[in-house]
Amino acid sequence: MARMKFLCDADRCIDCNACVTACKNENEVPWGINRRRVVTINDGKPGERSVSMACMHCTDAPCASVCPVKCIYPTDDGIVLHDKDLCIGCGYCFYACPFGAPQYPQVGNFGSRGKMDKCTYCAGGGGPEAPGSAEEYAKYGSNRFGEGKLPMCAEMCSTKSLLAGDGDIISQLYEERVEKRGYGSGAWGWTTAYHEDVKK
Amino acid sequence: MTAFARIRFAALLLMLFGLTTASVLAQTLGPDGAPNPTASVTNQRTLLEQAPRIQGRIDIPDVKASVLMQPMGRTWDYFHEVLLHWGAALVIVGMLAVLALAYLIMGRLRIEAGRSGEMIVRFKAFERFSHWLTAVSFVLLGLTGLNITFGKVLLRPLVGPDLFSDISQIAKYVHNFTSFAFVAGLALITVLFFRDNLFKRVDIDWVKQGGGFIKSKHAPAGRFNLGEKMVYWLSVAAGLLVSASGFVLLFPFYGTNIADMQIAQVAHAVIAILFIALILGHIYIGTLGMEGAFEAMGTGEVDINWAREHHDRWLAEKLEAEGRQASATPAE
Repeated sequence: MARMKFLCDADRCIDCNACVTACKNENEVPWGINRRRVVTINDGKPGERSVSMACMHCTDAPCASVCPVKCIYPTDDGIVLHDKDLCIGCGYCFYACPFGAPQYPQVGNFGSRGKMDKCTYCAGGGGPEAPGSAEEYAKYGSNRFGEGKLPMCAEMCSTKSLLAGDGDIISQLYEERVEKRGYGSGAWGWTTAYHEDVKK
Repeated sequence: MTAFARIRFAALLLMLFGLTTASVLAQTLGPDGAPNPTASVTNQRTLLEQAPRIQGRIDIPDVKASVLMQPMGRTWDYFHEVLLHWGAALVIVGMLAVLALAYLIMGRLRIEAGRSGEMIVRFKAFERFSHWLTAVSFVLLGLTGLNITFGKVLLRPLVGPDLFSDISQIAKYVHNFTSFAFVAGLALITVLFFRDNLFKRVDIDWVKQGGGFIKSKHAPAGRFNLGEKMVYWLSVAAGLLVSASGFVLLFPFYGTNIADMQIAQVAHAVIAILFIALILGHIYIGTLGMEGAFEAMGTGEVDINWAREHHDRWLAEKLEAEGRQASATPAE
């Protein structure tokens, strides 16, 4: 069984935000919700690097662990999905998430959070909706994965910085790149997300 | 070109040469001999060794999204799922066990002289209102709060995931909105009972006499004995801390960052659990543990013999103020 992961090669990322736009468009993500974002480290200084970040679909996902209603779970492919019917919008997954992935629509006074929304790896939802159905699309966005396709963000990446796919394959791709060009700033977030790192 | 200009030109050349050699020396070269563009780049491993979070610039207005990584999330997960679950279970079950033991060993503390049938006002209506406003909201907050931590272990297997989510959703709103009633009640209690809870010399005598737990000795006390004063001060302190951390959680990321939110949650949970343990003791002594205690907050009136046994100084003052003579027989 494949283990789906993301890997952002920060030495290739040019902060074009095409992944962000692709994600928003593909999944009809509402205003104010950002399933994917690009963060620039050391902006304007030597050693500046941009990293595209979304849900990393962690091993032993801390969000799933802290969820008080157990609405988050990993699929057989290692994709972390959630059931919006069960979510109560408590916000604990955001505190536990090492990558700031969970997003909440504002639904009321103060900091009232609605049902959590996050990257689904373009694999539809974790609820009872039929895969690929209109109901599923309205609640969770696209189910490209069910059609055998990878997430739109990685597919649209103009510099092929953002890699999606089986962890072994994308880490190998990255290692070959580092080997060839002689440098790399690492697989961002991998040790935290997957308890393992790329070899280079 | 003048001699001076020539010297200047030579110096400039020398400087340029120096600069290039210096910068070339500073660069590490790739395997193909090309300059390494990552010579000055710190990779993510190094960044995380330097700081607990990696933060940068972001193109969207959501400030909290500028945190790229915070591995402390896993630590918070460990706190919440392991330390808090076991710690809280230990504290609460431990407190219940202590109270059960107290009941088994000491039994119900009776009014030794029996009831006189003559009553005296201990808590006025507004004092009782303040107490019960705080008490009811405390119980609601406690149950809905415990549901967030223990509901998935205890309640979810019983009612199923769908109903449990509905309950938890309502519980979340109850918790958020009852907090205001609790804070109002806490403020009232703090002000109303402040003067009578200041520590006095009689509190030392109360401890020396065994705090009323030694039947042969009489522990003197004013309106509140030292045990009650401890409940008051600990409740005020815990109430303040739990309210403050609660409001931080109620207004997420209003001037706070992810670490602040995690700390607020840890503080809120730890204090709330200790607070619940304290109040369990308070509930026990006010209901099951002592005869004649509940009516003080129930009807507001207590039996004079009860007052004489537990709050003799207060009773004397009260009777004198009212110009009354107690006809009931003294306890001692």
